[in-house]
Amino acid sequence: MLKNLLKYTALATVLALAPAAAQAETPNRGGTITVTFKDDIATLDPAIGYDWQNWSMINGLFSRLVDYKPGSTVLGPSLADSYTVSPDGKSYTFKLHPGVKFTNGREITAADVKYSIERAVNPKTQGPGAGFFHSIVGADKLTAGTAQAMDGIVAVDDHTVRFDLVQPDATFLNVLALNFASVVPKEAVEAANGDFGKHPVGSGAFMLKEWTVGQRLVFQRNPDYFVKERPYIDGFTIEIGQEPLVALLRLQKGEVDIAGDGIPPAKYLEMKKSPDFAGMIVDRDQLETSYVTLNTQVKPLDNPKVRQALNMAINKDRIVRIINGRATPANQVLPPLMPGYDKDYKGYAYDVAKAKALLAEAGLPDGFSTQLYTSNTDPQPRIAQAIQQDLAAVGVKAEIKALANPNVIAAGGTQGQAPMVWSGGLGWIADFPDPSDFYGPILACGSAVAGGWNWSWYCNKDIEPRAQAADAMPVPAKAAERNAVWAQIFTEIQSKDAPWIPVFNERRVVAKSKRMGGPDEVYIDPTRVIDYDAIYVKP
Amino acid sequence: MALFLARRLLQAAFILLGVAAITFVLLYCLPADPAVLIAGRSATPPMVAAIRHELGLDQPLILQFLHYLDGLLHGDLGRSYTQKTAVAPLILARLPATLVLMAAGILVEVALGLTFGIIAAVRRDGLTDRVVMMLSFVGVSSPQFVVALLLLYVFAATLGWFPMSGFGTPAHVVLPALTLGVLGAGWYARMVRSAMIEVLRQDYVRTARAKGVPAARVVLRHALPNALLPIIAMIGIDIGQFMGGVVVVEAVYGWPGIGQLAWQAIQQVDVPIIMGVTLVSALAIVLGNLVADFIAPFVDPRIRAQ
Repeated sequence: MLKNLLKYTALATVLALAPAAAQAETPNRGGTITVTFKDDIATLDPAIGYDWQNWSMINGLFSRLVDYKPGSTVLGPSLADSYTVSPDGKSYTFKLHPGVKFTNGREITAADVKYSIERAVNPKTQGPGAGFFHSIVGADKLTAGTAQAMDGIVAVDDHTVRFDLVQPDATFLNVLALNFASVVPKEAVEAANGDFGKHPVGSGAFMLKEWTVGQRLVFQRNPDYFVKERPYIDGFTIEIGQEPLVALLRLQKGEVDIAGDGIPPAKYLEMKKSPDFAGMIVDRDQLETSYVTLNTQVKPLDNPKVRQALNMAINKDRIVRIINGRATPANQVLPPLMPGYDKDYKGYAYDVAKAKALLAEAGLPDGFSTQLYTSNTDPQPRIAQAIQQDLAAVGVKAEIKALANPNVIAAGGTQGQAPMVWSGGLGWIADFPDPSDFYGPILACGSAVAGGWNWSWYCNKDIEPRAQAADAMPVPAKAAERNAVWAQIFTEIQSKDAPWIPVFNERRVVAKSKRMGGPDEVYIDPTRVIDYDAIYVKP
Repeated sequence: MALFLARRLLQAAFILLGVAAITFVLLYCLPADPAVLIAGRSATPPMVAAIRHELGLDQPLILQFLHYLDGLLHGDLGRSYTQKTAVAPLILARLPATLVLMAAGILVEVALGLTFGIIAAVRRDGLTDRVVMMLSFVGVSSPQFVVALLLLYVFAATLGWFPMSGFGTPAHVVLPALTLGVLGAGWYARMVRSAMIEVLRQDYVRTARAKGVPAARVVLRHALPNALLPIIAMIGIDIGQFMGGVVVVEAVYGWPGIGQLAWQAIQQVDVPIIMGVTLVSALAIVLGNLVADFIAPFVDPRIRAQ
């Protein structure tokens, strides 16, 4: 599960920028393509798969009630033709699109929706998505093992399904668009006998034709796909176990269409400048922030002045240069493309003198000694060393603890253990394009628990109710107001309490062959990573 | 012979049990809790507890180990945390690819090692000997990763003689086997050379030469068989070495073997897969040595006499 939680944690999310006008060509239909990845595909079970490779494939294999418009963060109906929300925001009713069939030939009913989400929540499934459905009535009981079903999901009739929530949840539609909410046929799950991830049956744009372990997966078009005109390609082959450098050589020779792992940092600048690769590199911002957590419960970091001083001590431009410029320096918790990002907020400027003065004010004129945890895979230790040097310049001696990812996570999630954690490689990527995803799991009191991801151990009782109120504001009716509330929450946290040093927002890179068509945003899609439904081969 | 075999088999069983116990303790003492990793970023403590219970991680370590051993006796290596599927079939599906690669690698290693070792021994202290020994030195000290990328760049990417990566045809195996074999060949050449030099000094070789037996026949029929013994022992040990080497080679060439599986499992802390691959590798090493011990008496009558 590491791969999922760590390096690329959820889906790589990017907000749609205005599509380039030059790419306004008509999508071509037909053709098959080859995509390579270094790592094996873990599973295609939508209740379990949670890494950036299989996320796109699962997305193409299954359908959900609602989905994002390709290349954007705009939610719209998919398996559901329409939906209504009760005035109190606690009840969502969906009407299913009639006549949609699983690839085993059976028509999808409301009972399948209920089954699929209960399966995702059931601890027996051991899925990482269970927590997303916590606002549905009965989710807690199912998690605790005191119930086998959720009262909050009701199949009203064959084509109507209703969700009752414990409290209004502005992100609920986003949750239903996650892969974890994909609709699966119970009989196929049971027939696979615990191995549904290798024998997936869905109702998406593609179906799995072949899976040769450790070598390749072959997907082909679902002829009965209910979205007309999609997908454009007839199928795609995923070749696995390919070193990224080898994949790039093969891409140049035309043997590969998408090098899924992108470009190794060491080759990045060279290829970016090479005319041979013009038009082959997709390089886009994603909804990601890499940061240093400052443990608010460990001395002397429990003093906000000290945390503010450390924020001023870090030269972020230099750190971005270490990774060859594949990122943008960050000044706040939210990444720039996330709703709620405050572009007027400047954060803490790099200012060594001011940092020293603040430390002196906090009673630490000679600095102090502390520890900085980091993942031990390149380039993270190098970045940690740069941070260490910056801290030394203001008198803070930070001992670097470079550990394997799971050990870093364990240290961060243990109360009183890790004073500072460099999150690089584990940085937060949004699960869905909503600012609340950058609060609840990493800054809220509820996540400052053993094994949680709030490594700053930050808990602000004044902010908590405001965050809950923002989550309850209905979308889209109050979207703008809600985003403003979130913007204020995040900037206030950072300017008053500074539990993080936001360091940079990392960009994502994919390399594609010249015969591939479609705008950049379907290759690094905000919610799907690679949108296999929307990419096409040029005529 | 039967007694010897029985004793070695019993030893092998104990070694495997030891490997299982040590790996188990090491892996389960990691400060990372697999349940936390599985439960994901939005997990709550009750959810983590539920998953821990599902996995049996809430039981005492010794019970977990006994449970694991019980499964092992039934051919069950547990279930992968990431793939949520049984480990034994995962390893079995990938084992043939690794065995093919290892066999090809050993073939390259032995063929190159023998050839160059004999040439060096026969031309002892001459220029050929020095060149061969220097090459073997370069061979043993080259990092596998570099050799792999170099071969790939020259023979696949530039010359296009071999496919760059993948599995399935004889052409696919050439470069990975060369990478594995070239490094080991250096050791073999050195060993064969010193063994041959030793044998070529023996009286019976001198006698054969004095009787006018052709030089090639003296070397190949009279001397070589007697220099082979250390090589056979070495092949047994080599299987163990190769288990490490295949990880790198499989990664570079996209070879779908257990080395790749292990490497990914380590990155993902997929403990059941790591355990499984470790045990299978240990088994291969133990078997390799066992077979070498078993064959030795047939090659060398002196051992049979003991």
